[in-house]
Amino acid sequence: MKKIYSNEIIERMSEKLIEINYKLPDEIKKYIEDAYFVEKEKYSKKYLKIILENLKYAEKNKIPICQDTGLTIVFVELGGEVNIELGNYKNLVEVISEGVKMGSQKGFLRKSVVDPITRKNTETNTPPIIHFLISEFKEKFKITLISKGFGSENASRIKMLNPTEGKEGIENFIIQTVKESGSLPCPPLFIGVGIGGSFEKSAILSKYALTKIGNENSEYRKWEKKIVEKINKLGIGPGGFGGKITCFDLKIESYPTHIAGLPVAINICCWAHRVGSFEL
Amino acid sequence: MKKLYFPLKEEKELEKIRVGDEVLINGEILTARDEAHRKLVEIIKIGRKLPVNLKNSLIYYTGPSPTPNGKIVGSIGPTTSKRMDELTIPLLKFGLKATMGKGGRSKEIVKAFKRFKVIYLITFGGCGAYLSQFVKKIELVCFEELGPEAIYKLIVENFPAIVGIDIFGNDFFDKIKV
Repeated sequence: MKKIYSNEIIERMSEKLIEINYKLPDEIKKYIEDAYFVEKEKYSKKYLKIILENLKYAEKNKIPICQDTGLTIVFVELGGEVNIELGNYKNLVEVISEGVKMGSQKGFLRKSVVDPITRKNTETNTPPIIHFLISEFKEKFKITLISKGFGSENASRIKMLNPTEGKEGIENFIIQTVKESGSLPCPPLFIGVGIGGSFEKSAILSKYALTKIGNENSEYRKWEKKIVEKINKLGIGPGGFGGKITCFDLKIESYPTHIAGLPVAINICCWAHRVGSFEL
Repeated sequence: MKKLYFPLKEEKELEKIRVGDEVLINGEILTARDEAHRKLVEIIKIGRKLPVNLKNSLIYYTGPSPTPNGKIVGSIGPTTSKRMDELTIPLLKFGLKATMGKGGRSKEIVKAFKRFKVIYLITFGGCGAYLSQFVKKIELVCFEELGPEAIYKLIVENFPAIVGIDIFGNDFFDKIKV
């Protein structure tokens, strides 16, 4: 049995949350650097240059890349033989929330979480959105987090396609979603696509797919690249200023579904994809 | 690069501004986003006096992150302007002359901005750290209870933007669908 202390989880959550808000992962930054050399359109090139200066400035001065420091999304991969020493906390959800609260305070992250009806701010950036995944590895404890901005979250869509619409129907829905969102979600985009399962399963898969950006060895890699190429023909470009690059990358996650259905969820993420993970 | 000073001394200063111009914003500007707009419009509806002077002003759609110790301001980039479209129109007759945010806006806004001679400026989405350099002072104006969504007054120096909508009804995003 593996033993993990709640304070360890809180400290690491807090550190990681601050880190991803001040500095993008190298593999995400690489997409932006590459685009800067490819893009020729006047305003788009200028925008990409400012994005790169922004990343440098945020890292050096230790302030958030974007003022929208997001809603914290957490995927917990948990093995069957992990024992969490809770101390004064009731459960793992409380422990993770405490990490988010601490990181938001220490890192001067914006308090962006409100009651959906009264719009009253919780003042702590909690609760985060937590998804638990049971790992096949008995002693696994891995947390992956995304600071998800809502300019792009608002551009996300879900649709129950007819099963006969197939791959073409899926592609059309993705293209239509990106086209309609245009300049609004801060392109170039990272896109997570969840295909199959049920209504809610597809949405969670689409978010999970965003944690897989940079993985070149996935089942659908050829198809993913083909869809990115199609999206980039739309000409929306960085910031909607026009140009060759509207989508940096797209990842697909799938799950078996019912004979009568084809749920498809598209989770849109801005160029500032703040994602990171740690294991204990 | 053209410089603009807010609050505008004269309305006609906007006549020389065209879509696609790169401009530098100077002077005093206001911040407001979703909830602050909703509140302002509510106050207008019940006929009470606005808690902020909009005459010749610029509203920047932003909700800054908290100011770290020893700094002037936190990250302060633009939010999506389109969400403010409907709530912007009631503010125009109070003399609002410019708005700044990110992304395209509705046809109704382009029409209304032509009628009231208002411009829209696009600044750089996701670049709140970079943009914080151009803010020299931040001060609360009203709606403190809204936290990051309160209305603040900013003193800015050479804050960079691109003209998205001019007073002649031209829209930067016309060729590219919003």
